[in-house]
Amino acid sequence: MRRPGGSGVPLPLLVPAAIGTLFLVLPLLGLVVRAPWSDLGARLAEPGVGQALRLSLLSATLATTASLVLGVPIAWVLARTRTRGRSVLRALVTVPLVLPPVVGGVALFLVLGRQGIVGRWLFETTGVTIPFTTLAVVIAETFVAMPFLVISVEGALRAADARFEDAAATLGADRWTTFRRVTLPLVAPGIAAGAVLCWARALGEFGATITFAGNFPGTTQTMPLAVYLALQSDPEAAIVLSLVLLVVSLATLLLLRDRWLTRSGAAA
Amino acid sequence: MTLCADVTVARGALTVELDVEVADGEVLAVLGPNGAGKSTLLRVLAGLLLPDGGRVAVGRAGGEHDVWDDVAAGVHVPAHERRLGMVFQDHLLFPHLSVADNVAFGLRTRGVRKAPARAAARDWLARVGLAELGDRRPGQLSGGQAQRAALARALVGEPALLLLDEPLSALDARTRLTVRAELRRHLAEYAGSTVLVTHDPVDALALAGRVVVVEEGRVVQAGTPADVSRHPRTDYVARLVGLALLPGTGDGPVVRLDGGGAVAVAEETAGPVFVAVRPESVALYLDPPHGSPRNVWPARLVSATPHGSTVRCELDGEVPLVADVTATAVAELGLTPGTPVWAAVKASEVAVYAR
Repeated sequence: MRRPGGSGVPLPLLVPAAIGTLFLVLPLLGLVVRAPWSDLGARLAEPGVGQALRLSLLSATLATTASLVLGVPIAWVLARTRTRGRSVLRALVTVPLVLPPVVGGVALFLVLGRQGIVGRWLFETTGVTIPFTTLAVVIAETFVAMPFLVISVEGALRAADARFEDAAATLGADRWTTFRRVTLPLVAPGIAAGAVLCWARALGEFGATITFAGNFPGTTQTMPLAVYLALQSDPEAAIVLSLVLLVVSLATLLLLRDRWLTRSGAAA
Repeated sequence: MTLCADVTVARGALTVELDVEVADGEVLAVLGPNGAGKSTLLRVLAGLLLPDGGRVAVGRAGGEHDVWDDVAAGVHVPAHERRLGMVFQDHLLFPHLSVADNVAFGLRTRGVRKAPARAAARDWLARVGLAELGDRRPGQLSGGQAQRAALARALVGEPALLLLDEPLSALDARTRLTVRAELRRHLAEYAGSTVLVTHDPVDALALAGRVVVVEEGRVVQAGTPADVSRHPRTDYVARLVGLALLPGTGDGPVVRLDGGGAVAVAEETAGPVFVAVRPESVALYLDPPHGSPRNVWPARLVSATPHGSTVRCELDGEVPLVADVTATAVAELGLTPGTPVWAAVKASEVAVYAR
């Protein structure tokens, strides 16, 4: 069936939409075109590549886990309580969204560095220093990526029908039981979508990581850092690494899109 | 008395001030238009809303009372610690749990082990006629089945108080009839107190032993269903049960209406009265009739709504009336909104009672 008036897109919308699409897709095409396909296999087999990729996947996954454990409760507090400082809290936890990641890295260094407020105490009591370790990578990524999770889970909680929680209360469930057995399953798609966003952001993290964790192959050199370093010396290697990141990101998006992202998108 | 509630709640511009008592085994219907404060009362009873004043207490075996709310004493028992069951308008079965797990939910949260909780759930599902559907998801049930499951979920814990919030209004007309009859049966077997909130007088008249009519946060009338429908005290109650209720002053064989006009009545009256005219007693004519009916008024048809086998005609004139006539009559007389008509009512069909 065709709708009367045709399905044509008005020109003032069509032209910018086409230009915008080209703008987003062309750089990625350039990456594919310029890739050194002939010796791709050999370059991928270089030990540095696998090492950086493994570190990236591991740290992004750990950062996402930390964000889930800490961020979902924050989202619940933002969506379900009426505390007076709620809007202040929301502003505070979303600051990393707009803060340049480099600034985040500096801030983390000032707090958790060996001379930092918390870092000095930690070093003096346990001998542990955080900066320039894999832990620092995870912390930097969590700092930058967690707000994405908080925002999307809060949205999912607000969109979910809170009357289910009322029903649970009339069935004898206290708020914690209600959260575990009713709220969490209801907003699971939203949490998954938030986790994917968070993971993708953590995977691409650069500024806070290089500032707070440094750039040491094997311990703190994640893929984006490796790309940046390679670009200085060996542009073809940078292209190969970029291609790997592109493939990983696309695969994640395609794999999870149908399951989670569209559903939660429709609900929100 | 099992449930004693006398509460005040401010809801924006509306102040809800309601005082209800419900005995063991009794069903109280709270009837009123949308926004009258009915659901507010129910949420307070459930513990989902804090009252601004007053007290809610529920009796226990042995004559003692559990105080659930006492604003003056600073007592508020949270919803999950109250022994109650609640059925919501759109059932609110948890979509991620099977129907049986939904019914068992209240037992599990109250510490019953999995196997006995499941057995009790199966038992209750059988009682509401859903024995075969326990493994389904709520989304796979029809509206009537979902509401039956919701009733089972509310009753499985043998609560002291059952709260029904418009339990039938989301159902289509036919399902509503059967679910209503089943609900009536389950309520008759239920030992605790029931509060039913509805805006449908038929639900109230069919299910409840006692009715309170609520308008703008206050009880305007309370009594048995028969009493309320025979002697409606406000325009709203009258319209609910189909009557045109007109305030006036008795003057011998006529009642002079406060809104203008007069109604001839069979018995002589004096002083302030209500005149009630049932819609089926009103006959419509295109020309002024000459005959025995003492009451003949010119009017204009405002609307004609099919209502069962008849068409309910709303009339605008000196005396505002509602007439129920057959669809054939509407067609033959060519009645459409705006048609000028004559409305006739026999004096003997007019009910008068003191106000």
